[in-house]
Amino acid sequence: MGYEIKLDIFEGSLDLLLYLIKKNEINIYDIPITLITEQYLKHLEIMKSLNLDLAGEYLVLASALTHIKSKMLLPVQENGEEDEPDPREDIVRQLLEYQAFKKAAMNLDNRSLLGRDVFKRGGIVCDDMPDTKEISLGEVGVFELVKAFREILTPAEEEEFLKIDVDGMSLSDRINDIMEMLAGQSSLTFTDLMGKRTDRKGIIYTFLAILELMKLRMVSAHQMDSFGMIRIFPVAAER
Amino acid sequence: MKNVKAVIEAIIFASETPLTAGKIREVLGEIERSEIIDVLHDLVVEYNERNGGFYLKEIAGGFQFRTRDDLGVWIKKLKRTRPAKLFPAAMETLAVVAYRQPVVKSEIDRVRGVDAGGVLSGLLEKNLVRMVGRKDVPGRPILYGTTKKFLEVFDLKSLSELPTVPELKELSE
Repeated sequence: MGYEIKLDIFEGSLDLLLYLIKKNEINIYDIPITLITEQYLKHLEIMKSLNLDLAGEYLVLASALTHIKSKMLLPVQENGEEDEPDPREDIVRQLLEYQAFKKAAMNLDNRSLLGRDVFKRGGIVCDDMPDTKEISLGEVGVFELVKAFREILTPAEEEEFLKIDVDGMSLSDRINDIMEMLAGQSSLTFTDLMGKRTDRKGIIYTFLAILELMKLRMVSAHQMDSFGMIRIFPVAAER
Repeated sequence: MKNVKAVIEAIIFASETPLTAGKIREVLGEIERSEIIDVLHDLVVEYNERNGGFYLKEIAGGFQFRTRDDLGVWIKKLKRTRPAKLFPAAMETLAVVAYRQPVVKSEIDRVRGVDAGGVLSGLLEKNLVRMVGRKDVPGRPILYGTTKKFLEVFDLKSLSELPTVPELKELSE
């Protein structure tokens, strides 16, 4: 049986623990500590293997869990006072508290937020953004760009021969070209910017140039909806 | 003064932040506080009955004109700006500060089981959280609390309007 990896972004060590408890449909007051500790440590391993920064708090909780586990393995002493506190008590209390605040946070998020759901008078209206008749331009991330890049690359690959490039294109040239193309334009599509450069190298350079320009905040990329056309806007013109 | 109602309506309209009854009294001078409150409530009712695009709402101890909840999509289209999004980590931290204030950072860290430093400075920058003092223990750590802007942004009359923790449990069930 394979171990299914599902990596949500956890907000912290307690969040991870709470997730494991929910996933296993465990009663929070009676946590099977061996199972949970095992799964918790497994998740830490996965996170480590993905080179995620493991904050110290994750390790603190890991050691706390291991400690509880070892305590529970010890035979219960039968001398006199029997009401030895459950070693899990602390962690349960902490989890319940965290759970309450998670709910409180969700409740806050569900309110009518000013600037998101309701608005007061005034505020800035962006007029200089071109009216592209496109509804709700969402900003695109690197993944969408990579996808668009791959789409452009696909037809190009068909007629590729091994060529030795002699015209010595450089990234800064492409950056300058793109900025020139964008000058005086409100926006251009990803494909426009590619122009006739359908050879592999041209495409790669164009793509890298756009990424570089985005990093420098000289252009911004927007998309009208998922899988839609990506438009590149010059940023400098806005202010 | 002839038309107290019109004056009050005008100054709320012109105010950048929610206008309190105290501030209105300061502006208007010789007028009873109770009269101001009455006028404010009249106005609230009038705008509600009008059922237009905006209404008058009691927020953060004062009064402010706001657009109707279901019309946000149009205003977003006008402004074309994406609202500053608060990520879950920020929401959780904000919740801890709101419910536990005044609270020190180590307490927030403990509740969430993760260091809240970065998130907290983001909230301070957004002016949703502020330093309210220092705790009288060794090291004198900074105490944090929520701001008026927090109430304004989260559509709250006052902190007491936040559901209590047991109420939250009911809400989620």
